[in-house]
Amino acid sequence: MTAGIDLGQPQAQSVRSDEDVVRVRQLVRAVAVASKLSLVDQTKVVTAASELARNTLVYGGGGSVEVTVVDNGRRKGVQIVFADSGPGIADLDLAMTDGYTSGGGLGLGLSGSRRLVDEFQIETSAETGTRITVTKWSR
Amino acid sequence: MERVPILKIGDILLVSIQLDMSDQTAVQLQEDLAERIVATGCHGVIIDITALDIVDSFVGRMLSTIASISKVLDAETVVVGMRPAVAITLVELGLSLNGIRTALNVERGMELIAAAHADELDYQLDDDPDAETASP
Repeated sequence: MTAGIDLGQPQAQSVRSDEDVVRVRQLVRAVAVASKLSLVDQTKVVTAASELARNTLVYGGGGSVEVTVVDNGRRKGVQIVFADSGPGIADLDLAMTDGYTSGGGLGLGLSGSRRLVDEFQIETSAETGTRITVTKWSR
Repeated sequence: MERVPILKIGDILLVSIQLDMSDQTAVQLQEDLAERIVATGCHGVIIDITALDIVDSFVGRMLSTIASISKVLDAETVVVGMRPAVAITLVELGLSLNGIRTALNVERGMELIAAAHADELDYQLDDDPDAETASP
């Protein structure tokens, strides 16, 4: 399924259904393995990707995910961009709070996934939707 | 949509999750299990997650919900086989798995359920006035 992917290129996956969330997990896992992340770090980044891809689907009304192998000269890593053109996040500070949810979830998706990765950037507006970029580096 | 099979072994229902579940599959499992608990009258549910390489907040919530539902239906749930990396990630994610009993493997899970059920039977016996008169 993910065999034979060219990791030199960004890998894209659209997120339109909950089966796509499963595909995002599998893609991120394949790239994390190729980036030589430890088993714990693979597990963390795949878990974060699962949370954020579900947010893209549920709150963003669907969107796309792009996974790239990155290299800062010292370490390799996995960078994932989650983009949707949904309504945006009205109160970002509130949304990043543990336990807060505007839907029916546990309120851990954003706040929890930020803890699981090394870098976490979020751009959101009502006009352009939400774009979250996360990076996990190998140790 | 794929479905997770539920096996009955004696007085226990055993669910071994062997696939990367979509959210819909997880919700379906919740419903299937509730039905099987009532249909079989089983007092224990073992959920084996050895094959799961991640547990995110959705699956974590599903496990908590299954534990609560089965409790209401007089069955004890034990989650077994969690991988170390999954445990580390769950804690960092902030998921506490409320109300879930865990064991390292299926065998220990079965012991836990047997012990919990035996305790319950003892308690019922103690409450029974006939049992009391029988033993002065």
